[in-house]
Amino acid sequence: MKFISKYRRHKFALPTLLLLALAGLGFTFSAATAAPAKNTMTASAKTTLIEEGQQIFLKGCTSCHGLNAEGGAVAPSLIGVGAASVDFQVGTGRMPMQDMSQQAMRKTPVYNEEQVAALAAYVATLAPGPAALRNEDITWERDGNTAEGGELFRNNCAMCHNFAGQGGALTQGKYAPTLMGVEPKHIYEALITGPQSMPVFSDKIITPREKLSVIKWIKSAESEPSLGGAALGRVGPVTEGLVAWVLGLGLLVGCCVWLTAKAR
Amino acid sequence: MSNQLEPLADPGVPVATVRRADIDPIAAKRAERQVALLFSLSGLGTLLFIYSFFFIKDNVFIFLPVLGNTNAHQLGIGIGMAAGLFFIGVGLVHWAKTLMPNTPAVQERKELRSTDADRDGLVATAKEGVATAGLGRRPLIKASLAGAAALAGLPAVIMLRDLGPLPGNSLNETNWKSGTKLVTDPGDRPIKASDLEVGAVAQVLPELLPGQKRTLEDIGKDAVLLIRLRPAEFQLDAERLSWTHEGIIAFSKICSHMGCAVALYEQTTKHLLCPCHQSTFDVTRAAKVIFGPSARPLPQLAITVDGDGNLIAKQPFSEAVGPSFWERSS
Amino acid sequence: MSAGEKVVGTVANYVDERTGAAAWVKKSLNKVFPDHWSFMLGEIAMHSFVILLLTGTFLTFWYEPSMQTVVYEGSYKPLKDVEMSAAYASTLHISFDVRGGLLMRQIHHWAALIFAAAIVVHLMRVFFTGAFRKPREFNWLIGIALLTLTIVEGLLGYSLPDDLLSGTGMRIAQAIMQAIPVVGTYLSFFAFGGPFPGEVLIPRIYTLHILLIPGIFLALITAHVMLVWYQKHTQYPGPGKTEKNVVGYRIWPIYAAKTGGFLFIIFGVTAFLGAVASINPVWLFGPYTPGQISAGSQPDWYMGWLDGFVRMAPPLETHAFGHTISWNILLPGVIVPGILFTGMALYPFIESWMTGDKREHHILDRPRNVPNRTALGVMSLTFMMVALINGGNDIIATHFDLTINQIMWGSRIGILVLPPIAFVITKRICLSLQRADRELVLHGKETGRLVMLPHGEFVEIHEELSQAKKYTLTQHEQLKAIELVTEDAGGVLNPKGIRAKLQARFSAANAENIAKPTAAEVKELEGGHH
Repeated sequence: MKFISKYRRHKFALPTLLLLALAGLGFTFSAATAAPAKNTMTASAKTTLIEEGQQIFLKGCTSCHGLNAEGGAVAPSLIGVGAASVDFQVGTGRMPMQDMSQQAMRKTPVYNEEQVAALAAYVATLAPGPAALRNEDITWERDGNTAEGGELFRNNCAMCHNFAGQGGALTQGKYAPTLMGVEPKHIYEALITGPQSMPVFSDKIITPREKLSVIKWIKSAESEPSLGGAALGRVGPVTEGLVAWVLGLGLLVGCCVWLTAKAR
Repeated sequence: MSNQLEPLADPGVPVATVRRADIDPIAAKRAERQVALLFSLSGLGTLLFIYSFFFIKDNVFIFLPVLGNTNAHQLGIGIGMAAGLFFIGVGLVHWAKTLMPNTPAVQERKELRSTDADRDGLVATAKEGVATAGLGRRPLIKASLAGAAALAGLPAVIMLRDLGPLPGNSLNETNWKSGTKLVTDPGDRPIKASDLEVGAVAQVLPELLPGQKRTLEDIGKDAVLLIRLRPAEFQLDAERLSWTHEGIIAFSKICSHMGCAVALYEQTTKHLLCPCHQSTFDVTRAAKVIFGPSARPLPQLAITVDGDGNLIAKQPFSEAVGPSFWERSS
Repeated sequence: MSAGEKVVGTVANYVDERTGAAAWVKKSLNKVFPDHWSFMLGEIAMHSFVILLLTGTFLTFWYEPSMQTVVYEGSYKPLKDVEMSAAYASTLHISFDVRGGLLMRQIHHWAALIFAAAIVVHLMRVFFTGAFRKPREFNWLIGIALLTLTIVEGLLGYSLPDDLLSGTGMRIAQAIMQAIPVVGTYLSFFAFGGPFPGEVLIPRIYTLHILLIPGIFLALITAHVMLVWYQKHTQYPGPGKTEKNVVGYRIWPIYAAKTGGFLFIIFGVTAFLGAVASINPVWLFGPYTPGQISAGSQPDWYMGWLDGFVRMAPPLETHAFGHTISWNILLPGVIVPGILFTGMALYPFIESWMTGDKREHHILDRPRNVPNRTALGVMSLTFMMVALINGGNDIIATHFDLTINQIMWGSRIGILVLPPIAFVITKRICLSLQRADRELVLHGKETGRLVMLPHGEFVEIHEELSQAKKYTLTQHEQLKAIELVTEDAGGVLNPKGIRAKLQARFSAANAENIAKPTAAEVKELEGGHH
């Protein structure tokens, strides 16, 4: 407290104090107003969000999914898919799809977060479905268990996404994408909505807490450093064989040639 | 045999090339220093190994291009050991190449075939032995020895008998009985039909009775995959349809080809893919094989619900699960 | 005499008085070994074997060959408290709780992959240069046995950690065993001690992996090297090299230094790989249970071709009289590999029969000068390559934007169509190269220098080859086809009939060559130039 008593008569003391007070007031105010807005969004705000979502939908989605999201020849109906599905598909950039010949892949999202939220809110009004999640809701670091997640992952996920979540081939050119760098909420949403070829993992089969464990395991695999050197893509013996032939045997045959070459 | 009319004359072994180190003492000295330097590098490598082994903790990571975040302990001892060995080798070879004599040497081959005298001698000795032993004159000894020797080999085979039990009927049996509850794997929780949404899958095993323990052999034949579709999507005959429950269908997860776990379920196409050899099964048509080497559909498990609404097996598998075997009847 | 010499002398005297080895050692030290890089390929394999023995022994100090269930309490956190076999837990222990353990595991695995790869390239060298011909047929057979054992030994080693990937490999091996008609089920139950996976497999294959098979390896490698030693090494054609001599450098000191140095180099290179490149990260695979699987489950490369065959096999099974025969397993897993390896083993005898050549050969063939054999070799390699590629079709599909179905169909068709095409193309290339050799000998090397003759014509200067080079390009002999004798002079039919006809056909195909320049032709042209 010496600090305060020493500087209390400083010429900047008053303005600093005032600034602090103002900032504190503003913070309290914003916190006070923001908290209820999340929980009980006023009816009018909600309507605006839905309307905004509808506008985006009409502009960006109707050509494939139909004017009333009833689906079409190339795209499924969105009635009842829920906000979670929209958040996953649009939030990971899979939708809108640019090239219909391929599987929807992760890319830079076209819409920003607010737009995704609006779109999700709109689609959620069509019929009830799983709600969208926020990364803060996914408390994998606190509630997940890595070892249990690994067990679940190997039983339910590794067959498509490979033992280290690197992805793998499915039939006819479809593939299970890599899980590296995917946001926790998107992993969770994928588990409950079953996007594209992926099946749904119901909450009774893999409980919400178990889902957090799966996410924790994926995150642990993602952040695991190279314990034994270059990871070689973590796809198993194919790249290892390639390295053994090209680098290993290549180096050694090079040595053979040097060994028997005539010295000058 | 050949049309080697008149081959070109053989000019003979060329003389050795003269190396710098052969004529120039300075070059020779330089080569000597190079060899010594290589051996010193090896020494440094070994020192790096010793240092890394004792003084770099195995939780230290350094970032390197290409390798990424790498364990410094592992890298240090590895590179140290590699250098310690590699440079000894390179030094030895460099020494041999630059400073050891490089005049080609010629050595004559001797014919591998023994001389006629030696061969005749061998034949004579062998015959003499046979004659003195009386092998030719005493067929009874020869025959009984051959018989005894052949028999004496049998215990070696017979003793292997206790390597394992006889198969019996075990390949045809699983732990699925009529009324066995389906439980989640892992978790061992019973499953209600309403727990699965359309498009959902579940890995299941038969419930464990109190005091029972699940072995890997059990999992190897009991593992089942549960899939829920819209009932209208099935293209099954009446019997197989009656084995499903509200769109939920159950298949053995053990591939009918070579026994890998078939669990890659594509929700859109309703195909199941085995990652080992890529046999593809159509779930809507009772796991009919539509691609790949498997010749049989995956066995389907008949399911229903008990009084509490939990999914149970209606009856055991109607055929053996897993890869084919000689005694399999269909 | 220095003190050092004195000590060596005393020891040598002591040993020689008891063994009489001096004469033999002296002869051996003076032995001549021809110098060519391709003669070192077999050495890569031999030295890798030494590395495998050393690193493998280190691993056995901690590895626990047991399938008993334990709860993991080691330092790798993501598997903490997971139930697993003691074998898997001890592999994790070696990887994370023994200093240098992971490095040794990785060196062991890299050395194994290189061991197998070196055997294959060594085999290719021996095949394409005709080094398997009389008197070296025994060594060829030993080599084939070593290759076969390598595949088995590798598979067993891959299975010992008892992780998800290796268990899947054993599952497939078990299915192949079980598919053998009549006795298959029994074989499998005896090998696994009951139904798959049982509780005895790991200790059993451990004994095979570290005792029985390495013992056979040692015996066969010793025999292999001793035969090379005794029969003396083959040599490439060149001036001064004949069927009766060996031209090269003496073992002492040159080859002793080179080959000893090479052992260190190979150990260094495998240690380098072990240090910088992760191999078989078993901690990521998880413990084995038959209900789990990973996408892209592959064997190591030396089994990859087999997996490729199995993947492309037609979905055929016969059910009759209450029994099942799985052609989809037997064909790719037993029958085709059986034919391939038997054919490979018998090739020296087949070739000798086809050409009628029963003489000793110590001078190697240049592959172009034996177009039929070279083409046959390339054809077989193409066959194996298609299978190997199909063995990795899922990884290829995801990385090159293809579908597994396309690659599978490509392989199914390719394995039938590509090998014959490869044969024809290779044979053509060989004949073209023979033609080029002929041109070179007769007209010299094109120098690219143009000169204008007095009457205005431009000609390119051709540089005449050295006598040594000319000799090297023409020293080989071109066998004539065996003439078909259907009946002898007395009109008696040849009792060999069809066999004689076949032999004549093959021999004629083998004799298709571009006539090499004769001494007379060369002399004539030389006269013209001067």
